[in-house]
Amino acid sequence: MKILVPVKRVVDHHVTISVKPDGSDVDIAGVKMAINPFDEIAVEEALRLKESGQATEVVAISIGTAASQDVLRHALAMGADRAILLETDAELQPLGVAKLLKAIADRETPQLLIVGKQAIDGDAGQVGQMLAALLGIGQATFASTLKIADGEVEVAREVEGGIETVAIKLPAVVTADLRLNEPRFVKLPNLMMAKKKPIETIAAADLGVDFTPRLKRLSVAEPQARAAGVKLNSVEELVAKLKNEAGVL
Amino acid sequence: MSKILVLAEHDGHQLKIASRQAVTAAQAFNGGVDLLVVGADTAAVAASAAQVAGVARVLRADAAHLAHPLAEDVAALVLSIAGEYDVILAGHSHFSKNVLPRVAALLDVAMPSDVIEIQANNTYVRPIYAGNALLTIQSQDPKQVLTVRGTRFKAAVAGANVSGAVAEIATVAVPAATGAARWVSEEKNVGDRPELGEAPVVVSGGRSLGERFEEVLGPLADKLHGALGATRAAVDAGFAPNDLQVGQTGTIVAPDLYIAVGVSGAAQHLAGIKDSKVIVAINHDPDAPIFNVADYGLVADLFETIPALVKALG
Repeated sequence: MKILVPVKRVVDHHVTISVKPDGSDVDIAGVKMAINPFDEIAVEEALRLKESGQATEVVAISIGTAASQDVLRHALAMGADRAILLETDAELQPLGVAKLLKAIADRETPQLLIVGKQAIDGDAGQVGQMLAALLGIGQATFASTLKIADGEVEVAREVEGGIETVAIKLPAVVTADLRLNEPRFVKLPNLMMAKKKPIETIAAADLGVDFTPRLKRLSVAEPQARAAGVKLNSVEELVAKLKNEAGVL
Repeated sequence: MSKILVLAEHDGHQLKIASRQAVTAAQAFNGGVDLLVVGADTAAVAASAAQVAGVARVLRADAAHLAHPLAEDVAALVLSIAGEYDVILAGHSHFSKNVLPRVAALLDVAMPSDVIEIQANNTYVRPIYAGNALLTIQSQDPKQVLTVRGTRFKAAVAGANVSGAVAEIATVAVPAATGAARWVSEEKNVGDRPELGEAPVVVSGGRSLGERFEEVLGPLADKLHGALGATRAAVDAGFAPNDLQVGQTGTIVAPDLYIAVGVSGAAQHLAGIKDSKVIVAINHDPDAPIFNVADYGLVADLFETIPALVKALG
């Protein structure tokens, strides 16, 4: 069984971003970049399926400029077998990304596609579902556990108020939630070895897919900050404030 | 005049608050709002939904295979009637996040998600980077498919349709199950506490509560008839169940009163609580970032303060 895992290069989650003064975008010049954390969980899950003998090959794919090679190298260093870069410097939005990934899925015919549930930059959380829809296959989103049996993938999904378990016929798309696993630490020798593994580069424009953005970006702004309130000295004072001043008791 | 479809969620008896908030958001498009109710037997929900203010028509989609609706089947259902609508909208819940991107992809339209403000000319504001920036976008697609952040829209009043009028209830044909997926089981965290996303009071705890999470915070939540919440760190450490996680990657809340106990105030947690009316922070660390957003702060030991607070509340 072949597993395809899309990975996105995003601003490292430790970085606090700021908005450009002209309000055109978030300022990411010189900021540390990393693999999207949910995508790293997706890679880890694919590797565990391979290591337990249930998968034969793990292919990582990214879309973007040549800079995205670094997140593919990271996936390779974790243990992915090979990587594909769909190279473009155009703006990418979830629908276009899903269409590009479909074109590669049609070529690679993976049985399982494990996708991070959302990217921590755009926070759209759509690519996995859109990809499943375009491929005409089933999906299990927000996975906290996953197992393969009898041509199906059984997934425990994190939903409001608890856990829902569904079984999806393979091929299928699974989107990885936070608690699916804890990704392994990448050791330096593995990073060195990953440099020797192949990254196939394909010009995204050559795939015959229209991935033009449909949402026109007008502006980016800082959210209104909440003002700090007062520090109180006792529980009694707190109860009095909540009753008399805030009126929420 | 647009035609708007709101994909509803319910508990078998009535609409969830998120769906009534979505009905309010839908009014921004200035058209008739139809509400699609999906299930195995939606008679009771439909009757109650027909009395929600601002709903023109309730569409019942009843089928045995929709008892536990799957994304594949609900998407197929929505697509079967999508041609009649200019706007398809729902609350930004796990249910809609699962279904609507499928619908959008098959309609070949882009989807603004977690929208916090709807402006004229298909222009939307939505948070990015865990709420650290707000992006304004304008859709270039003829049809609009979107999810809205419920807490930003006042819930349409239940049981009070304009001048006592009740919306028409119609039945829609349900496409056969796709068979791509099957429902296996569910484990709901049972209890008498209200659901996190809907509770008027939320008592939330961080990792420092340790194994005493429920023992310390439970009585306070119950005293205030509130829900329990938790930080990602508390959940990751196994002190609280997953579905209690509050924040950008968990549940986004906006209660009247949010009490953060031993919560440091990580950016992604703050992004999920900043629309709360009143925030109280109780933490032993006077420099915790949570105090920068709290209306009332108390620098104190949690294990002494919370029982004292429960007592002081009578």
